[in-house]
Amino acid sequence: MALDRWIALIILMICLAYGYAAFFTMDATLPPFMQRNPVWPSTFPKILSVLGGLVALSIVLGMEKNTGDGKEPDIDYTRLGDYKIGQALCLLGLMVAYALSLRTVGFLGSTFFFLIAGSVVLGERRFLIMIPVAAFASGGIWYLVQEVLGIFLRPWPFFLGV
Amino acid sequence: MLEGILIGLTTAFTGTNLLMVIGGCLIGTFIGMLPGLGPMSIIAIMIPVAISIGDPSAALILLAGVYYGAIFGGSTSSILINAPGVASTVATSFDGYPLARQGKAGKALTVAAIASFCGGTIGAILLMIFAPMLASVALLFHSAEYFALMVVGLSAIAAFAGTGQVGKALLMTLLGLIMATVGEGALFNAPRFTMGIMDLQSGFGFITLAMAMFALPEALYLVLDPARSNNEAGGEIKDLRITREEARQIAPVIGRQSIQGFLIGVLPGAGATIASFLGYAVERNIASKEDQEMFGKGSVKGLAAPEAANNAAATGSFVPLLTLGIPGSGTTAILLGALIALNVTPGPRLMIDEPEVFWAVIVSMYIGNLVLLVLNLPLIPYIAKVLAVPRTFLIPFILFFTLMGAYIGQNNATELLILVGFGICATILRFADYPLAPLLIGFILGQMLEDNFSRSMQLEGGIGFILERPMTMGLLAFAVLLVVLPTYRARRARIRAAGIADGD
Repeated sequence: MALDRWIALIILMICLAYGYAAFFTMDATLPPFMQRNPVWPSTFPKILSVLGGLVALSIVLGMEKNTGDGKEPDIDYTRLGDYKIGQALCLLGLMVAYALSLRTVGFLGSTFFFLIAGSVVLGERRFLIMIPVAAFASGGIWYLVQEVLGIFLRPWPFFLGV
Repeated sequence: MLEGILIGLTTAFTGTNLLMVIGGCLIGTFIGMLPGLGPMSIIAIMIPVAISIGDPSAALILLAGVYYGAIFGGSTSSILINAPGVASTVATSFDGYPLARQGKAGKALTVAAIASFCGGTIGAILLMIFAPMLASVALLFHSAEYFALMVVGLSAIAAFAGTGQVGKALLMTLLGLIMATVGEGALFNAPRFTMGIMDLQSGFGFITLAMAMFALPEALYLVLDPARSNNEAGGEIKDLRITREEARQIAPVIGRQSIQGFLIGVLPGAGATIASFLGYAVERNIASKEDQEMFGKGSVKGLAAPEAANNAAATGSFVPLLTLGIPGSGTTAILLGALIALNVTPGPRLMIDEPEVFWAVIVSMYIGNLVLLVLNLPLIPYIAKVLAVPRTFLIPFILFFTLMGAYIGQNNATELLILVGFGICATILRFADYPLAPLLIGFILGQMLEDNFSRSMQLEGGIGFILERPMTMGLLAFAVLLVVLPTYRARRARIRAAGIADGD
């Protein structure tokens, strides 16, 4: 089974779970006065879950085949091994680390680290260029966001008290 | 209309707003040139900046400027290094890149800039004529018709997705609508589908979703497949002049394609990509024999056609956005989200309630086009230097801007985790060739669709409103037809391809 049909199967599962919630669990908490309304909070989700389920099912069953208009897909997942999966995963991990450290380490430190580490993951080794660029960028963007746009960004680690 | 133009002129010609157009165009060109960042990602990144400006006209002017700049930047990179950053400039590279290879990069850029300028300007004139007309019709619409109209818009987006893609596009739209129901709705004041997670109480952030759907997968693609950002130096750009003969050749092409592109752009779901390919194909077919030979080998006509068409279409896609409040493309969907965040509701009332927003946008379209022609074109040789930035520096910065965009809007680090999670999902979806724009459009329209649906249910006391209002029923029937027809035709084509006669 091709990847797109597996995905459709997963979406079908989502639709079923969503539909279950809409049809069976949501209405239980509805206050009595709202039950007289012609439209409930669950009405629209019910319609969506049915339609979504049907369309997902039609893809899982392969009702609509690609007639092959020769369009090349952006990337071919069957030769996934040829791609730099490791680098991509490292970068995603870095993004998660950035998200978790932004509050505690502060904007300047985590951004500086993220930019340097990202370049290193991609194979850059010219630290003499990287460090000033990353330092300038994190400082400059912090200034723009905090001072020009007026959105608070904690610059330093939390124990410095800012 | 004249009064409107005057309002627009006075709004657009203030110091800040002029700065917004010029700044937007420059930023757009600059970033649009980078591989992997299309107009959608750039606008998504710029939204937090635009929102913090506070003034809706200024914000929209900035975003429209960025949009134009990004399209222009995209054509520049497809001419110079054959790396179209956006689907809508793929057709530009057919003839633009051969021209650059012949050492006529400067000439190709000038032709592209002139064609874009004319396409955009003619598009803006048509927008100015058509939008008020459409808006006055749309004022007759009630909730029920709005609901039906949005259903038509969403089905049209699925229907124009291409052969074999209708089901997938439809599924993505529905998934977007489903995601829009997460959180507290305006009509019921009760959290839905939050699974008890506090961070989902207010629903998914639309900027987060936009970043996750477009910017992040593009950046990951660049990492996965280094060949995509493979930049061979474009060489020296000189001699921006075009001859009188060439001008005579491209003038009718630009005229035709501007109008055709605009009309295609107005259709929901069609957009700049289809307009540019169709423009290229049409011009090749009607060209004379010897001109036809030149197409694909560096014909100025073949370069002018898609450029004029995609800019006119980009302008045309503003028509449904500004008059009906229904975005026809991913980019206008993001703009719609930005407008809602700025407390402006696009729709037929926009022209009456906030004429300065509407007209300022139109006037700034002219200014934007002019800026691109007189300011960006001479600067292109310098701006093109950005193409030489190594990817080891570029990609961490793209990822960082994606993160910042999601963070600034919400000031919530959980949002970043959601961003990464959705980004991974979106990348997998793109592996499987699922279109992502319908998901975002569905997500943004979801709330309005449900509100209008619920309102008409309440007014008419039940689902009967569909049958009682002929216009609603007609529109809904049209929506069903839009979805069913391509599926039926694909099936018939397949049967025919299999060698079975189909009766007629």
